[in-house]
Amino acid sequence: MTAPRAFLPWLIAVPVAIGSIGLLFQLLGGLVPSFFFAWGYYFEVLIAGLLQGVMYSLVALGFVLIFKASSIFNFAQGSMALFAALTMVGFMEMGVWWPFAFIISAGVMVLVAVVIERVVLRPLVNQDHIILFMATIGIFYILDGLGQMLWGSDVKVLDIGIPRDPMFALGAIFEGGILINQYDFVAALTGGVLVAVLAVFFQYTRTGRALRAVADDHQAALSVGIPLKTIWVIVWSVAGIVALVAGIIWGGKAGVQFSLALIALKALPVLILGGFTSIPGAIIGGLIIGAGEQVAEVFLGHFVGGAIQDWFAYMLALVFLVFRPQGLFGERIIERV
Amino acid sequence: MLYREAGQFKTDYAADQAIFPILQDRIFLGLFLLLALVAVPLLANEYWLSTILIPFLVFSLAAIGLNLLTGYCGQLSLGTGGFMACGAFFAFKLATAFPDLHIAVVFLLAGVGTAGVGILFGIPSLRIKGFYLAVATLAAQFFLVWVFNKFPWWVNYSSSGVISAPAREIVPGFFITGTQASPVTKYVFLLVFVAILALVAKNLVRGKMGRSWMAIRDMDIAAEIVGIRPLHAKLSAFAISSFFIGIAGALWAFIYTGSVEALAFQIDRSFQVLFMIIIGGLGSILGSFLGAAFIVLLPIFLNNTMLAVDPSISTAIVSHIEFMIFGALIILFLIVEPHGLARLWQITKEKLRLWPFPY
Amino acid sequence: MKLKTLGLAAAGAAVLFAATVLPATAQEKQFVPGLMYRSGPYAPNGVPFANGLADYFKMVNAKGGINGVQIEYEECDTAYNNDRGVECYERLKKPGAAAITPLSTGITYALIDRATADKIPVLSMGYGRTAGSDGTVFPYVFTLPATYWSGADVIVNHIAQNEGGYDKLKGKKIALVYHDSAYGKEPIGTLEALAAAHGFELSLFPVAHPGLEQKATWLQIGRQLRPDWVLMWGWGVMNSTAIKEAAAVAYPMDHFIGIWWSGSEQDVTPAGDQAKGYKSANFHGTGTDYPAIKDIIKLVQDAGNGTGPRDEVGTVLYNRGVMNGAIIVEAIRTAQDKYGKKALLGEQIRDGFEALNIDAARLEAMGLTGFMEPIKITCADHEGTGRAFIQQWDGKGWNKVSDWIEPNRAGLLRPMIVEAAAAYAAEKGIKARDCK
Repeated sequence: MTAPRAFLPWLIAVPVAIGSIGLLFQLLGGLVPSFFFAWGYYFEVLIAGLLQGVMYSLVALGFVLIFKASSIFNFAQGSMALFAALTMVGFMEMGVWWPFAFIISAGVMVLVAVVIERVVLRPLVNQDHIILFMATIGIFYILDGLGQMLWGSDVKVLDIGIPRDPMFALGAIFEGGILINQYDFVAALTGGVLVAVLAVFFQYTRTGRALRAVADDHQAALSVGIPLKTIWVIVWSVAGIVALVAGIIWGGKAGVQFSLALIALKALPVLILGGFTSIPGAIIGGLIIGAGEQVAEVFLGHFVGGAIQDWFAYMLALVFLVFRPQGLFGERIIERV
Repeated sequence: MLYREAGQFKTDYAADQAIFPILQDRIFLGLFLLLALVAVPLLANEYWLSTILIPFLVFSLAAIGLNLLTGYCGQLSLGTGGFMACGAFFAFKLATAFPDLHIAVVFLLAGVGTAGVGILFGIPSLRIKGFYLAVATLAAQFFLVWVFNKFPWWVNYSSSGVISAPAREIVPGFFITGTQASPVTKYVFLLVFVAILALVAKNLVRGKMGRSWMAIRDMDIAAEIVGIRPLHAKLSAFAISSFFIGIAGALWAFIYTGSVEALAFQIDRSFQVLFMIIIGGLGSILGSFLGAAFIVLLPIFLNNTMLAVDPSISTAIVSHIEFMIFGALIILFLIVEPHGLARLWQITKEKLRLWPFPY
Repeated sequence: MKLKTLGLAAAGAAVLFAATVLPATAQEKQFVPGLMYRSGPYAPNGVPFANGLADYFKMVNAKGGINGVQIEYEECDTAYNNDRGVECYERLKKPGAAAITPLSTGITYALIDRATADKIPVLSMGYGRTAGSDGTVFPYVFTLPATYWSGADVIVNHIAQNEGGYDKLKGKKIALVYHDSAYGKEPIGTLEALAAAHGFELSLFPVAHPGLEQKATWLQIGRQLRPDWVLMWGWGVMNSTAIKEAAAVAYPMDHFIGIWWSGSEQDVTPAGDQAKGYKSANFHGTGTDYPAIKDIIKLVQDAGNGTGPRDEVGTVLYNRGVMNGAIIVEAIRTAQDKYGKKALLGEQIRDGFEALNIDAARLEAMGLTGFMEPIKITCADHEGTGRAFIQQWDGKGWNKVSDWIEPNRAGLLRPMIVEAAAAYAAEKGIKARDCK
């Protein structure tokens, strides 16, 4: 875990970075007439990006959990989110009140975790990373097909009563105020709470300690009597529940349907930026990617024709990687011959 | 009994280093090529040629390319789709800018151009490894597709961003692109072209370059210590891999679909090719072919079989079941033989050597 | 293991071969292939369309077929994927195929050459390659009743009516939010020409596939540019996401107009009340209040034969599938007048398409009066009318809020189409037909 002292540089660096990018844009705005810049608008975009980033983090979190415990790059995280959300909507359409539907779906995800451990992970133990990666792509296909076959492929409306009206803040400072999307705000709060709960779970419970032990060293954990298989089931279940939350929040935004599985692709740059093995990394990576890509798309996008945010996120992550090949918070890679 | 090498002596180094040192292998390959070159065009119908065999050959080439990078040099890449797009659009620009240039030359030049792009995106591999690199290659994937989708120069300012292959002849009278091209000509051209390139790849991996790649793959620090330059090895792997993949992209656009938009080379394409080399066998040229055959055939086969068994079944169900079986089969394959189809073939050969006598 | 695999593979190859080689069943049925998608990212929109098409054919068959000739309809799932579409086409094509309906602009582009070579008409109804409506260069492509270029012109016309005339457009800001693909790029040329002619300012906002990410787009539209009108060329999840994001930046819904593929129930219901007031173009009626659709309910749905759920009947995309079916059936009927009342070849049905004349009397006989506009196709003009209207979502259903709007085909679009087709002909070395 990072020492508290290490956060100090961040406290200084982040506002400086935000401020200098803003100043740079202001300068550009002075030089290039078609460049639109206003501080209020800049902060608005930044906040929207940060909120969006938390939602990326939610998906990335599932990846990190599984990678930490079993070194598996679980490509199926996206389709787990889709499957979980489909299940939940399916039960809600049967008339189940949403908290109950949530609990049932969480149960289903645990079941999925057990099956995955039994059928896929156990026979593939000790295989190459790339083989396990491929196996999770296999899971991706199965879950996609199964989810759609069980619940149909039409758009499902998932509404658990999160307010959606636009909200304006800081009207006193900036002309017209700063628009904040309430839905994103609530979603980001949910994400924050989830991360806090997970952090407590990992830090202070017995299972959490076992999980961290497994993440550190499989062999050593086994030899002190930690049941590896149970731990894997727990990790996959937790990842499944995280996927459920991510699925609900993303599904609430866009309706629950096939494309939801593709949000996994948005989580990958977050993952490499923050490091595959770090939960705080997933959060901070998400914030950086979310804010970075929105600001880039809004202020720079139209110079090159727009729709740049997809690759911009990856490029941003790539630039960070060149300086820190293990991601911002990833474990240091030590190589021996 | 039939497959025995007893009595075949090698009298010089050249014979000892041949790609197919065993006589039966050479006969078998010769027969197989003859079959593919003569019998298949005569027997196969248009559906088989244009929707199974042609994409199979194109994908084989792409799989060989990725296998050079991932299987031999150990650099996991998810940018295949982007590099295929490079090949396709380079070839389109070349073919329309220089109408007199022979089409085979166009394909090769498109490959060379893609190799350049590959080197550019290979540079981060000097610092980044493993899954970090895999995700970093996604930057190439998204960026390249965006470039071809965004700038109308690449599509000669066509309003929709779709390119369609101009009609070209391989030898006078035989069109391989455009509407006059018959599937048989396309198939024969592809077969010869891909076979030659596969031979090139096979020889590359047996030579100095291939050995340096494999050294890097097995342990890059150790390789560096024994004097292999990672810069050279990794970038050459990226370049040559992209060369093959670029040609495959050009063939895809020109010969298989005939018209293509940048979105045809999305990330699914990268995964598809990655599947091929993993199912087929990492670090095996033969495996690239086997994997391509498996991945091209399987969905079509599943789809057709289900419809043949019960024609009244809804296409939605068929698609979903196809997805699930596809996923399940991949997992099954990984469990049963993680080293791929090429390894199965090797085991078969070992057994055949002894058959029917146990010793 | 090995033997088993080999055996399985052999059996598989045999089935595949049999499936593709065996000749089609006897030719007394008219074969109609359908390239639909019921899986993949765009399945929610593809499914109702496919159901409408299938149900219409079932209804025609239940009523005794087309002059006694039954329709044999076969579907193939393309998943909105171009190479899958090509495979489907190759699987389903035969000389007796009446018409190909690719239901994807990308697949249409990929199939135009192939279908022309195989002599099978391509009916891309309200999508596909706009230049295809020039019958002299594209003898096998039909884009009736309207193309994207007409759609763009119709929508701008509607905006002009709302603003009080074309001269009021000067200095107005109009934004286009589009799917960054062949489909979404189609209207740009027309809109640019219109912008130049009427002096409005056009801004383009591409959205990457599949369209879940539009926050930046809508921040720019809603908070920076604040255009007077927003047009949308979207499909699938992009539509509903756009409506939600537009609501999130408080963009007025009644100044937000989608093309006909961005105006179905699937697009507005996920946004709930926020979508109220959203407008879209359309070229056919919604609801079940037409004799033909009542027949579908009676003869297909109530007989337990419905392809999809009953409450889907009458929705926008379902009805569009019905219209697609109706046009194919009319083309076959027209061809039968010429070649006899039996199963025909694609080549002959093409002549039926070209002689298609769905007038008011014909619409009455089809049970679709008021559902669509009369259409007349000629050898040179494969688009027909180009007319469309604007509909608005009131939270429960779509209401027609404009009359049928006539696009400026003669003055603006047709010359552009002829030019684009000529460029294609030059590129491909095609000699244009003489339609005189």
